[in-house]
Amino acid sequence: MSSSLVPQLPIAGAEPAGRTPTDWTTPASAKRIARRYAAERRFRLLGLGAVVLSVGFLLFLLATMLGQGLQGFTETRVALPIDLRGRLAITPAQLEGRRGDLALAAAGLEGAVDAAANRAFAGQGGAAVLSEGAWLRVRDAVKADPSLLARPFMLAVPVGSDIDVAHKGAGTAEAEAAAARLPLSRGLNRTFLSAADATDPTRVGVWGALKGSLLTMAVTLALAFPIGVLAALYLEEYAPRNRWTDLIEVSINNLAAVPSIIFGLLGLALFLGTLGLPRSAPLVGGLTLALMTMPVIVIAGRNAIKGVPPSIRDAALGVGASRVQVVFHHVLPLALPGILTGTIIGMARALGETAPLLMIGMRAFIAAPPGGLASPATALPVQIFLWSDEVNRGFVEKTSAAIVVLLVLLLAMNGVAIWLRNKFETRW
Amino acid sequence: MTGGALMLLLIGLAVIAWAVARARAIRTRAPGQRFASLPSQGGWFVALWTLLPALLFLAVWTFVSPAMVTDAVLATPDAAALPPPGFERATILSEARELGAGRSFGAFHPLARTLAPAYAAAQNRHDWIATALALLLAAAGFLYAYTRLRPGFAARTRVERVTMALLLAASLVAILATAGIVASLVWEAGRFFGLVNPLDFLFGTHWSPQVLDPRDPGANLGAVPLFWGTFFIGAVIAMLVAIPLGLMSAIYLTQYASARARRWLKPTLEVLAGVPTVVYGYFAALTVAPAVRDAAVALGVTYASSESALAAGLVMGVMIIPFVSSMADDSLAAVPTAMRDGSLAMGATPSETIRRVLLPAALPGVVGGVLLAVSRAIGETMIVVMAASGVATLTANPFAPTTTVTRQIVDLLTGEAEFDSPKTLAAFALGLTLFLVTLLLNIVALRVVKRYREAYE
Repeated sequence: MSSSLVPQLPIAGAEPAGRTPTDWTTPASAKRIARRYAAERRFRLLGLGAVVLSVGFLLFLLATMLGQGLQGFTETRVALPIDLRGRLAITPAQLEGRRGDLALAAAGLEGAVDAAANRAFAGQGGAAVLSEGAWLRVRDAVKADPSLLARPFMLAVPVGSDIDVAHKGAGTAEAEAAAARLPLSRGLNRTFLSAADATDPTRVGVWGALKGSLLTMAVTLALAFPIGVLAALYLEEYAPRNRWTDLIEVSINNLAAVPSIIFGLLGLALFLGTLGLPRSAPLVGGLTLALMTMPVIVIAGRNAIKGVPPSIRDAALGVGASRVQVVFHHVLPLALPGILTGTIIGMARALGETAPLLMIGMRAFIAAPPGGLASPATALPVQIFLWSDEVNRGFVEKTSAAIVVLLVLLLAMNGVAIWLRNKFETRW
Repeated sequence: MTGGALMLLLIGLAVIAWAVARARAIRTRAPGQRFASLPSQGGWFVALWTLLPALLFLAVWTFVSPAMVTDAVLATPDAAALPPPGFERATILSEARELGAGRSFGAFHPLARTLAPAYAAAQNRHDWIATALALLLAAAGFLYAYTRLRPGFAARTRVERVTMALLLAASLVAILATAGIVASLVWEAGRFFGLVNPLDFLFGTHWSPQVLDPRDPGANLGAVPLFWGTFFIGAVIAMLVAIPLGLMSAIYLTQYASARARRWLKPTLEVLAGVPTVVYGYFAALTVAPAVRDAAVALGVTYASSESALAAGLVMGVMIIPFVSSMADDSLAAVPTAMRDGSLAMGATPSETIRRVLLPAALPGVVGGVLLAVSRAIGETMIVVMAASGVATLTANPFAPTTTVTRQIVDLLTGEAEFDSPKTLAAFALGLTLFLVTLLLNIVALRVVKRYREAYE
C-alpha cells in the first residue's frame, strides 16, 4: 500500500521521540479523505454502470426481437369481392375431404381468384396485390361453405409481401401508396404456426422447422440422458481411482469445452462420411447434439449424486442392500431432480445450437414438415439463420418471429428447470 | 420385418419373460428357506438372457448382411451380364439396391432395373432369416435362463455384473467421442496436408479458397489472415467488452449489491449466456453492424464495412460477459475473508480493498476465467457467420471486413463440393487447429485456476 493513503499510526509504548500524533482535522487531511470517498463513489458507480449496461443490452435485444417478431405473427388482409358463379365446373358434392382440394385446384380456382383481384384492384396492381397463398384461403372458405359457389361474396385474403410490409410501416414509398388505397385489415397469421419453409414470406411457417427440432431433440434426449446418467453413476459411485477413470474424466471435461462446430465436423466425417447415414436427417442431428449434451448431463449428474449424503448409502448397506441396490434404489431417486435440472439446461443449449447442424446439411430448403427421423429436415435455429439471409424485406419480421418462438421455448424449458429445482431440491 | 418393429417385439418379449420368471420365483419360494435373490432379480436375469443374445446377433447382422445380400444377387443368372469388378459394377449394384429398397424410383443403368427385383427378394429373405434367428436366440436364451432359476440360484450377482458392465460402457462413450473427434480431424487434416504443404497453410498470408490453382493449391490456402481475424475478434475486441463489464459486474454484485438485488440481477445476467448464438448473430447483423458502419462513416473512416470485426466482436463480448462475471465471482468469493476484513480494519475504503487486496489475490482465478472465455469466443461460430465477413484481410482496422476460422469452416463446407478437394479438406485442417488451440487454452486455464485454489485451501 502506498504511504500517502495509510497514515502512520503511533504505536503505543514505542513512540519515537519527536513525533507528534497525526492531526486528522487539518484541511489537507480532510481533503484527502474527501478524495478517497469520491473515488469510492466513482468505483461503486462504475460497477453499477457495468451491471446496468449488461442488463440494458439484454433488454434492448429482447425488445428489438419482440417488437419486430410480434408483427410476424400477424398478416395483412385485403377484402376481395369474389363471384365464382359460372367460372368453376364443379359441384358441391365434389368438395368432400382431400379430393375437394384437388378438384378445386383442377377446376381453376387460382385463376378465378386472380381474375377477381384483377377486376377489384385494377388500379393497384391487380392479382399482384394478393399473396401467392391467397387462393388457398378461398379454397378453404368454399370447402367450409359450398353455397359460396352459387353467390358473390367478400373474403379477407392475405396480401403479398410488398403490401404486407408497407402496411406494417416499413415498405417502399410505392407500396405504401398502393397500401393506402386498398381496404386492408390485420389478423392472426395462422399459416406461420402451421406451415414449413417457402419462398414467399407471406406463406412461410415455423412448424416444419419446429418439428425438425423436436425430432432432433427426441433423438438427443433418448441417447444423451441414459448414457449421461449411467456414466455419472459409474464415475461417482463405482469407478476405481486409476488411469482409466482419469482418462474418462479428462475426456468428459474436454468434450464439454470443445467448440460446437467441431462436433459438426465429427458428424460430417463420421456419421455422414464413414457410416453413410442420410444427410439433413434429424437422426444425424440428434446423434451429433447428443455427443455435445452428454458431458453436460454427466457433470450435472455427478454434482447431484455428490449431494446425496453418505449416511443414506451407509444406512442402505447396513440393512443388507447390495451396492447396485444402494445406487438404483436410493441414490438415483434422490439425485434425480438435480439430474433432470441439468438435463433440461443441457437440452435447452442443444435446442439453440446451430453450427453443428449446418455442418451435417440441415440447412437445405425444406418445404414440408419432416415425416420421420431419416427424412430431410431443418431445425428452428437453422431456419432463423436461413431466413436472416433472405433479401426480401418480408423475411425480417418472420426471422424475428421465429426467434420469439425459440426464446419462448427456451424460457419455458428453463422455467421448468427452475421449478424442478425449487420443488424437489433437498438441503441435507 | 423392419429393424424398429423387431426391436419393439424383442423388448416386449423381454418384459413378458421378466414377468413369467418373477412369477415362478415367487411360486417356488418355500416358507422358512433363505434366498440368494429377490424374485424381481430372477426376472431381470431371465429378461436379460432373452434380450441380450438377440440384440448382439442383430448388431453383428447389420454389418454382415449387406455383403450377404449382394452375394445372393450376384448368384442370380441376371448378374452374369454385370461388367467386371470396378466403378461401373459398384454403381449398378448400388442403384439396384436403392431401387429394390424402394428408396429411389429411377435408375441410370437398365441393368440396375433388372437386378432390382432380385435385390428386393434377397433383402426380404435375409430380413426374415434375421427375424427368425433373433426370435430363436431369444427363445433359447429364455429357456436356458428359466431352467436355471431355482431358489438357491444367485441371480442377483449375475444381473449386477451386467449392470456394472453397462455403467462402464456408458462412461466409455466419452472416450470414444473424444477419440472419434481426434481421429476424424487428424485423418481428414492428414489428407489435406498430403495435398498442401503444412508450412504454406500455417504461415501463408493469402487466403482465397474460391480460386485454387490445381498445381499449387497451397498458394491460396494460407491461414494467417484467419488466425489473425479470429484472435482480433475473439481475443481482443470481445475481451475489451467482456473483461471490464464482466469484472465490474462481478465486483458490484459480490461486494456492493444488497442480497435482494443480487438475487435478481445475477440470474438476469446469466440469461445473456442462455440466448442462442444465432439470435446474437441476427442482432449483430441487423442492428449492430449498420450502426457501427454509420458511426465509422461519421468518424471519417474510409473503408467502413457493414461486416466489420468491431460489430461481431462487440456482440460476442456481450455474450461472454456472464462467463467472465461468474468466473470472477467465484474467484473473489474464494479469497479468504480475513484478508478483506484486515484491509477494511486498517481503514481502507471498500474500493481500495477491492483494488489492492481482493483483485490481486483473485487475479489467477480471473486470468483463468478470461482464458476460458477466450477459448469460448474463438470457437463461437454463428455470430461471425452472420455478422463478420467471408473475405480474408490481414488488417488491424476494426471497421474493415474480417473473417475467422469458424466462419471459413462453415463457408468451405456448405458449398456442394466433392469430399476430396483441398477446399473441403481445408475445413478439417482449420477444425484441427481450432480444436488444438481451444484444448491448450482450457488446459492452461484449468491449471492456473487449480493452482490458485490450492493456494488458499
